[in-house]
Amino acid sequence: MIQILSRVSNVRSISDNIWAINLVSPEIASIVKPGQFINVKVSESYMPLLRRPFSVQQVNADEITIIFSVYGLGTALLSKKRPGEILDIIGPLGNSFNTEDKFDTALLVGGGIGVAPFPFLTSILKRSTKNIITYLGARSSTHVITQQLENVKVATDDGSMGYHGTVVDLLRKDFSGSQYGNPKIFACGPTPMLRSISKLIQEIQVPCEASFESAMACGFGICQGCPVELVNDEKKYALVCKDGPVFDIRSIRIPYGS
Amino acid sequence: MVVNTEVNIGVLKLNNPVLVASGTFGYGDECKEMVELHKLGGIVTKSLSLNPRIGNPPPRIVETTGGMLNSIGLANIGVKKFIQDKLPFLKSIGTSVIVNIAASSVDEYCMVLSLLEEQEGIDGYEINISCPNVKDGGLSFGTNLSITVEITKRLRSLTTKPLIIKLTPNVTKISDFARAASDEGADAVAVINTLVGLAVDIRTRKPKLSTITGGLSGPAIKPVALAKVYEIARSVKISIIGIGGIMTAEDAIEFMLVGASAVQVGTANFIDPSTAVKVADGIVLYCTQNKIDSVQKLTGAMQY
Repeated sequence: MIQILSRVSNVRSISDNIWAINLVSPEIASIVKPGQFINVKVSESYMPLLRRPFSVQQVNADEITIIFSVYGLGTALLSKKRPGEILDIIGPLGNSFNTEDKFDTALLVGGGIGVAPFPFLTSILKRSTKNIITYLGARSSTHVITQQLENVKVATDDGSMGYHGTVVDLLRKDFSGSQYGNPKIFACGPTPMLRSISKLIQEIQVPCEASFESAMACGFGICQGCPVELVNDEKKYALVCKDGPVFDIRSIRIPYGS
Repeated sequence: MVVNTEVNIGVLKLNNPVLVASGTFGYGDECKEMVELHKLGGIVTKSLSLNPRIGNPPPRIVETTGGMLNSIGLANIGVKKFIQDKLPFLKSIGTSVIVNIAASSVDEYCMVLSLLEEQEGIDGYEINISCPNVKDGGLSFGTNLSITVEITKRLRSLTTKPLIIKLTPNVTKISDFARAASDEGADAVAVINTLVGLAVDIRTRKPKLSTITGGLSGPAIKPVALAKVYEIARSVKISIIGIGGIMTAEDAIEFMLVGASAVQVGTANFIDPSTAVKVADGIVLYCTQNKIDSVQKLTGAMQY
């Protein structure tokens, strides 16, 4: 974990309201693992005050990429950054997906901007002989981001692309048709999607690591502001920033609501 | 010109006047990769209770204009685990170690402090009687003058080490509480803890924190904190440690000018964990530029 000033090398819109920024950071690029995140100071002023956390989407030589949808003030400011600008970032933060354990087929399941960590995860998985199948869920076709992913299957809420329904329904349908050989699910997306996956894996008995998100103040464990509730653990809570963001989905009591 | 950066808080001598505030710097080890810890004036630990506390349900944090609300609920590892796992590292840093204590009863404060008294390497205690986010103790102590008196008196009888009482701004007249702490032998007061605040999500019409209200911190509260320090400085002789929205050396110098002998950096650590080091450097620069040979001379030097 280091705090450094990083130069913006590229800013681009990659889909409807979704942006990608490349940051030159050899220190982070050389050690970051898939699933880890960086915490970005988007403004020199106190508006917004706190950093904004983003999964590392891809690593290329000295550069890391983050992607985000413009949702509030912080992401709006970030989308207006220009090449050459300097950003104060802290990273790499959190734990990572385990790509080394025994499975043959990686099922990457992402909802909306939850696709963010998958290009980097895919790059790492491709170094092995494992099969990769990617399930993407989005509101409509304009929100589907398929770049740098393998064997993509799409579900959209409005049916404008791929399966008409949720990505978890598509996954459930595929599991009822044929079985993937020795699969493991890697999931990232909104809470309702994670809750659906949690329910599905109880039915299909497939291991699943999921990346959780939370509002957080620091990103490195000192504010204690980003707990998720553990199932059957006397500690009760784990921190998304430090103990996560990746957890065995069965270990987390996923809250209702969005 | 060489600027003398040492300041005294009662019998406690600090290398410089900038500490990190309780609950904003963990137990010190979390930040060791990013911060030159030995350059801190001191580390005030996360509040410790007798037994571990799991803290409040999420959401615990929400950003507000120029600040943030938190409702952590004193999540901590408990004093025994602190002594075993965290104190050895803190002792090794070479900066002052102030252990913050929070409790649900006067007896619990005494038990925690007694356990810490058996340890080497603790330079002082800060007593949290002002957490707004717990049901038992917390604000109900810090807003009650007779309990403030009792806690200070009991703890004073147990230790000769520096005793700092951390006060809440959520009272009508904070100087009454500072005077109570002073009369009972506290070495200093730390001013201020967070202000009770609330934020609502208008889409869901739900409060943005699980506990509905939380503690407001950050630059938004600095003018309030300065006014509280000023009020207390005119009322008591004991040292004041100023806290509230310090982001820069300028902010810290303001606190000293209105009467603080030292300051604590809190919320800013979440954004830049090296803030306190930068603030300490900035105070020296200010003194150099203004031909002030000792940072102590800033305390109470407001012209009015």
